[in-house]
Amino acid sequence: MGMKQRKTISDIVVNGVLLFLCLVWTLPTFGLLVSSFRYKDEVRRTGWWTAFSTQRESETPRFVLDNYLEVLMGRDFTYTSATGAEVRASGDDLSQAFLNSIAVTVPATVIPILIAAFAAYGFAWMDFPGRKVFFTIVVGLLVVPLQIALIPILRDYTLLQLNGTFLAIWLAHTGFGLPLATYLLYNYISNLPRDILESAFMDGASHFTTFIRLILPLSMPALASFAIFQFLWVWNDLLVALVFLGARPDVAVLTQRLQEMVGSRGQDWHLLTAGAFITMILPLTVFFSLQRYFVRGLLAGSVKG
Amino acid sequence: MESMETTRSTEPQGFLDWLTTGVGRVLVSLIVPLITFVVMWQGFIFLRDGNAPKLVTVLIAIVWGVGGVGILFLMTNWLVEQMSDEWTGKLRPYVFIGPALAILGWYLFIPTLRTLWASFFDARTQNFVGLDNYVYALTDPIMLESFRNNLLWLVFGTSFSVGFGLLIAILADRSKFETIAKSLIFLPMAISFVGAGVIWRFIYFYKPPGQEQIGLLNAILDLVGGQPQAWLTLRPWNNLFLIAILVWLQTGYAMVLLSAALKGVPEDLLEAGRIDGASETQIFFNILIPYIKGTIVTVGTTILILTLKIFDIVFVMTNGNHGTEVIASQQYKQMFRFAHFGRGASVAIVLLIAVLPVMWYNLKQFGEQEAF
Repeated sequence: MGMKQRKTISDIVVNGVLLFLCLVWTLPTFGLLVSSFRYKDEVRRTGWWTAFSTQRESETPRFVLDNYLEVLMGRDFTYTSATGAEVRASGDDLSQAFLNSIAVTVPATVIPILIAAFAAYGFAWMDFPGRKVFFTIVVGLLVVPLQIALIPILRDYTLLQLNGTFLAIWLAHTGFGLPLATYLLYNYISNLPRDILESAFMDGASHFTTFIRLILPLSMPALASFAIFQFLWVWNDLLVALVFLGARPDVAVLTQRLQEMVGSRGQDWHLLTAGAFITMILPLTVFFSLQRYFVRGLLAGSVKG
Repeated sequence: MESMETTRSTEPQGFLDWLTTGVGRVLVSLIVPLITFVVMWQGFIFLRDGNAPKLVTVLIAIVWGVGGVGILFLMTNWLVEQMSDEWTGKLRPYVFIGPALAILGWYLFIPTLRTLWASFFDARTQNFVGLDNYVYALTDPIMLESFRNNLLWLVFGTSFSVGFGLLIAILADRSKFETIAKSLIFLPMAISFVGAGVIWRFIYFYKPPGQEQIGLLNAILDLVGGQPQAWLTLRPWNNLFLIAILVWLQTGYAMVLLSAALKGVPEDLLEAGRIDGASETQIFFNILIPYIKGTIVTVGTTILILTLKIFDIVFVMTNGNHGTEVIASQQYKQMFRFAHFGRGASVAIVLLIAVLPVMWYNLKQFGEQEAF
């Protein structure tokens, strides 16, 4: 067997295995997406892969938007149950949960970044007693499981009547995200060239102005990386939301509502699939448009707890 | 005092001057934070109790939350700058690191001590019970089941994620379709554990034999002539079916880091190996793997910590039934279902002890850094 032949065979094997793995990794999401657009009776009756078959017995449209309207708008709908009776059910109104998720996620992403950036600058460019001790604590807290904080914080929140407020969950996510944020931003900010800062101080700028006018813009790549990280983490979080928002249904976020739907509508795949896709649409968009920053952030990061 | 005199003599436009005097400064330093506080508090009350349309509430929440933190920084900095130069210099670093330290202290550092304390007390943290909660955490049958399952998660979840990640990184490196392939494998990283739970419940869905299967796995089984299985209640294998979800989610992360590490292996090193007549397998095990060992350890540790704390997947898929209970889910249930804070706390401490080696390693690495 010649070199060229062997190269071709190895190319086929490499691409073949890769294609197979990509299929395995993509099919679950693809099946969800297809099902979410299918007519509800068909979702329940036939596999999603039959949606593309050329011989269909059913006369209902192949793909519809009804499932999305039902889960988003909370529109009431009727369906025929297994016993043949017409059943009316109320919708899920995920649009409210979507807005709640945004109200939770945006500040819970920006606040820790702002606080961590200030702290990272302080650690990198200022001298004060306890600097090393405090930063060692930050490094130590990197892997502390957030479960350790749930009971004490819940007690404080009950005392302060903060349970079920946006402020409560922003602060919780800020606390749990801060060690990694501070650590990552410190690594970046401490490596900025020293002469840039010195020339700023020469011109009489204070630390505060230097930070706002110079350091923040220069650190944009690192800030963006962590922002995506924290955004995905907060948007996709269930545990923190359950613990600190669980007491008030009107502020429930998407993951909470979807988890409830799994419990109450475990068989209604047309709604579950649409609901799941609604929870995924924003993170997927962010993810694909900013993938480069995200990867850079992952590469810069170390072990997160 | 002198300035007070001048203020009085230039009565008409004196107010602004007066603001810069000693007494004025103190007053302003009190009034500005007070106004800020009142405004912030009103915003908080509105957000907590207000009945405005959701969209308005959301917009106000974002502006209030993000703007509030910005204003707090501006204000503390301004306050510190009002002081004498000596104090400004002393206090300024704490304007920068103070908020971070306060929040870390309140949300992680002190809670660790408080949870440790609570773990020696009864359900409502009233009576000292010694090590009872730990005896429970380490001997109760459901806890033992959780430990076994977490061990399965740790071993299989970590090794499969890293293994598949490495395999795909190597294959992609040699393929023309590298970018698209990596994007597809990476995609699940953006999906929540709950969303992934729905996706995989659908794949594992079971209908009794004879009916048309709508779950992908049973449909495939049907196609090759097997009996459909209720995968999620199939002990003890159901644990592996749950772990598959984690592997699906985390392989992309492992792949990205390992792929970057592989690209860092110098071409000369590989070339030298080939000239010496090493086979591709030998090159893989004797050159590539040792070279990227550090990255493998980092990736492995991150996923390992994740598996120790695994919660959402189990909570959504089986709620810990059918022999799939895990530690973090037990911790949640002790707190919220059984309202036993002592046991919940002891289980959390067990989780903390499990990650202590990693913490120790991180601190050691950090201690060796000369630069700090």
